[in-house]
Amino acid sequence: MVANSYTSDEMMTVAAARMVRNGTSCFVGIGLPSAAANLARLTHAPDTVLIYESGTIGAKPNVLPLSIGDGELAENADSVVSLVEIFYYWLMGGRIGLGFLGAAQIDRFGNLNSTVIGPYEKPKTRLPGAGGAPAIAASCGEVLVTLRHSPRAFVPKLDFVTTLGYGEGAGSRQKLRFPGKGPTAVISDLAILTPDPKTKELILTSVHPGVTADQVIAATGWPLKAAPEVQTTPPPTAIELSVLRDLNERTARAHAGQA
Amino acid sequence: MASILSLKDAVAEFVHDGDTVALEGFTHLIPFAAGHEIIRQKRRNLTLIRLTPDLIYDQMIGMGCASKMVFSWGGNPGVGSIHRFRDAVENQWPRPLEIEEHEHAGMAAAFAAGAANLPFGILRGYTGTELAGHTPVKFIECPFTGEQLAAVPALRPDVAIVHAQKADRRGNVWLWGVVGVQKEAVLASKCSIVTVEEIVDDLGAPMNAVILPGWVISAVCEVKGGAFPSYALGYYPRDNAFYKQWDSISKDRATFLEWMQRHVMETADFAEFRRSLEKRGQTILSPPVNL
Repeated sequence: MVANSYTSDEMMTVAAARMVRNGTSCFVGIGLPSAAANLARLTHAPDTVLIYESGTIGAKPNVLPLSIGDGELAENADSVVSLVEIFYYWLMGGRIGLGFLGAAQIDRFGNLNSTVIGPYEKPKTRLPGAGGAPAIAASCGEVLVTLRHSPRAFVPKLDFVTTLGYGEGAGSRQKLRFPGKGPTAVISDLAILTPDPKTKELILTSVHPGVTADQVIAATGWPLKAAPEVQTTPPPTAIELSVLRDLNERTARAHAGQA
Repeated sequence: MASILSLKDAVAEFVHDGDTVALEGFTHLIPFAAGHEIIRQKRRNLTLIRLTPDLIYDQMIGMGCASKMVFSWGGNPGVGSIHRFRDAVENQWPRPLEIEEHEHAGMAAAFAAGAANLPFGILRGYTGTELAGHTPVKFIECPFTGEQLAAVPALRPDVAIVHAQKADRRGNVWLWGVVGVQKEAVLASKCSIVTVEEIVDDLGAPMNAVILPGWVISAVCEVKGGAFPSYALGYYPRDNAFYKQWDSISKDRATFLEWMQRHVMETADFAEFRRSLEKRGQTILSPPVNL
């Protein structure tokens, strides 16, 4: 059953959630990735192991956390470990299958900027910085990137390379001996881009319902190539939507009075 | 051996102008009370170290305490930017702020190296990013395999400051939940201050609990609610309203300064700061100033 009406953010969250395979160990950040990973856990992927970079392994939050330090993550986790341990034994140790990342800017090879807009020494906008992203992108088995589509976000050249996707294209990651595959999909509010198997350049492979390929191309700052047959992302099902909305409502209720 | 001191005395004794100070906490157990006391005592030219600088570093930067920050992710977690930090980097207000930025894994490695009294930490990291050009990281060759690895100089702060749930009367400290790099930060530093929710006769901690023995800590201070508005697992959740309202309080320089003056500079300690927020029947925050 297909739901009648949904927002582009809901479509984005659902599309990202579908890419989480059951049983995967999944490194999650706050915001859309956390919603998507939990939606996956509550629908088709109940055995997914959620790991937040604050050191909570096997987190099973009943409501979405306000931040990675939320007691909700620690109290329901299989184990809570120190930062040194989470980054050394678990992430660098190669035990995480999937990482979720966001960014302010992405380029055609899936490289990410979360450091500055403008020149580094005199930034127009100072962004939060790298956090765990470079290590997540290097070491997770694969990476999903979620960000909203606009020419300011999908740029021909990053203002700063915070996190490496495919570098300058095919072969870059191998040269640097990165253990992980790199970004296997970019999920936006309009579409899904995936890397060309040969060149590793991101190409348009699926548009969300009601979106045209031309719209996505116009919202991309580089000349975006489209796959020979661009798919249409299946719309959220009634179940996906109701589980996601229940989760969001539970979250809002739990944080009411604090907001 | 840890002395049990008031926070005011501990900051006066152990935090000096020009010091390198790590107020650690990975979005949980943030030592807000200690940060306020440093602001009240008008420390200057501090190098502030923390993986995730948030509201308390925003306050310290905006009040002119810091000349440098070493960090890997600076923001208001789950809300957005920290505006005083941005103003310092983008507009040099109230003074220029030198920054040294890393990725989390690099800072974790640097703290662990400091705790182990090693000269550097080692990791697969920074590679292929522009971060490497803006930090003291260097690349070395593994003597066994030839693999290129990143080396980050050990972090050895003058002072580490952390908040924990409990201490006993001998100054042994127990913290639990998301414990971040607090243990490494304390062991890497020349001296340390730990604020705790309560001091008890017997910790009653289970085996393998995260314990900082009193003999590696300089001062333990009982400050109830000392991590407010952040979380202290087992004691209180995060006051999310504060995090959200900080966004608007901190956006404007004058509003920020007036808020800091009223709630931090003109209050004697953290308890009085909390009371100043509760005035006019507001349980959490005072009404927005200037409105």
